[in-house]
Amino acid sequence: MSEADGIVRLRQPIGVEYSWSAGPNATSHLSGLMNGKLIGKRCPSCTLVYFPPRNGVCPKCAAILAEDVEVGPKGTISTFCVVNVPFLGQKVKIPYVAAQIVLDGADISMQHLIQECEADEVRIGMRVEPVWKDRSEWGPTLESIAHFRPTGEPDAALGSKAGES
Amino acid sequence: MRDVAIVATAQRPSQIGTQLTSVELILPVVAEAVKNAGIQRQDVGFWCHGSCDYMSGQPFSFVAAVDAIGAWPPIVESHVEADGALALYEAWVKLQTGECDIAVVFANGKTTSGPIDRILTLQADPYFVTPLWPGFDAMAALQARACLDAGVVTEEQMAEVAVRSRRDAKSNAVAHLKGDYTVDELLSGPYTTAPLRAHDCSVPVDGANAVVLAADDVARRLAKRPAWIRGIDHRIDTQRLGARSLTTSDSTRIAAEKAGVGRDKVDVAEIYAPYTHQELLLRSAMGLDATTTVINPSGGALVANPAMAAGLARFVEAAEAVFAGRADRAVAHSTSGPCLQQNLVCVMEGD
Repeated sequence: MSEADGIVRLRQPIGVEYSWSAGPNATSHLSGLMNGKLIGKRCPSCTLVYFPPRNGVCPKCAAILAEDVEVGPKGTISTFCVVNVPFLGQKVKIPYVAAQIVLDGADISMQHLIQECEADEVRIGMRVEPVWKDRSEWGPTLESIAHFRPTGEPDAALGSKAGES
Repeated sequence: MRDVAIVATAQRPSQIGTQLTSVELILPVVAEAVKNAGIQRQDVGFWCHGSCDYMSGQPFSFVAAVDAIGAWPPIVESHVEADGALALYEAWVKLQTGECDIAVVFANGKTTSGPIDRILTLQADPYFVTPLWPGFDAMAALQARACLDAGVVTEEQMAEVAVRSRRDAKSNAVAHLKGDYTVDELLSGPYTTAPLRAHDCSVPVDGANAVVLAADDVARRLAKRPAWIRGIDHRIDTQRLGARSLTTSDSTRIAAEKAGVGRDKVDVAEIYAPYTHQELLLRSAMGLDATTTVINPSGGALVANPAMAAGLARFVEAAEAVFAGRADRAVAHSTSGPCLQQNLVCVMEGD
């Protein structure tokens, strides 16, 4: 509290703490990432495989995603964006590529960085694989993977179930 | 006006410290309510959800809830940052417009994942009250003190509300705190936030529930005995606690008049009173006589308070009383805000 010019000023920051649960249906996905595994979830109704498993439910069918499915590790770029804009706190040298990647066996894409190639070489259909961080840095997050890099395989034709639904 | 009724309901048992996400809490109750109505998801013309981002600690957390109801083929849905009872009000308005014949209302409250007493304080006036962090219980305690001083309630009457609620909760599968207690036993306990004791304050739990509403002939087809909504009204008192009487509830009185509570005998009243003295205030504001009206046969919110779902739970309980023939005429009430700032009153009738 301070008094200046006869005005009483009261600074009262507010804060609350939460305990957050990922929920039983997304937990296997997150623990997979702590152990170098890519675990998605299959919908019992439409059989689509979700990686990541969103909130543990299939939004098409309103069904609980109970079945674990190991996917990847390789995947295919479904779309991408070349980042040329510098911003505060940027960790990667520009230009770099943020891509949507459909992991083999998954039906939805996930976002990650593409490195170890020039930005102008990246294309839809490019085959990529994850480069994991050092084991000591693995946690319940996709950041356990440093980035994805091209495998050198021929490009894949996209036509997964993700596109059809 | 179209005739609109509650035709099916579902609730999940109260839990403390659930590991489920909000989406996982909601999904089974919505599925059950839809099944109980004998319809398919695709038959629902409007979905309305009540929850609070401050309770989940995530902005736009309610968007994820759409996953729980299935958003393909595209659906028409809405959300209220409030108790599901207000979502029900919105759905009732939607049905009145004639844009759809069936609506599903659902609510979830994970009250045990954060400090609920602080979080609910955020409902207070953000300029003069919230920065002082009075606590939700403490604001209710100020109200209880005013009521005791004015002779509107006594500590014994407050304890009687708790005794009755816990006793009635024994036959309610979703209630949390249940059992036989005596007034003397409860009054021997210490004050937690004077003049409130532990039994005067509701038990925060994690819960979810859902209600199916339908209009006219669709309602008659879907339910043997629909709970017809004959009146519904929502009123708000000023947010300035010092600028209104804390020993009465004008917003409840007006809402009850507009909803037509006093037009005929009320068999069952489900009142959302998070504190014992508030039940006494609300009963009196609605003109309910406890000798002719069964008050909170479910045990009410005192025995299980999934905030943001506890108001809709009153609609579930009142509608179920009509479905089962335990009531020809029932009242459901919901409140929100400190010291009963907002009040929603609904009258339901069976055929």
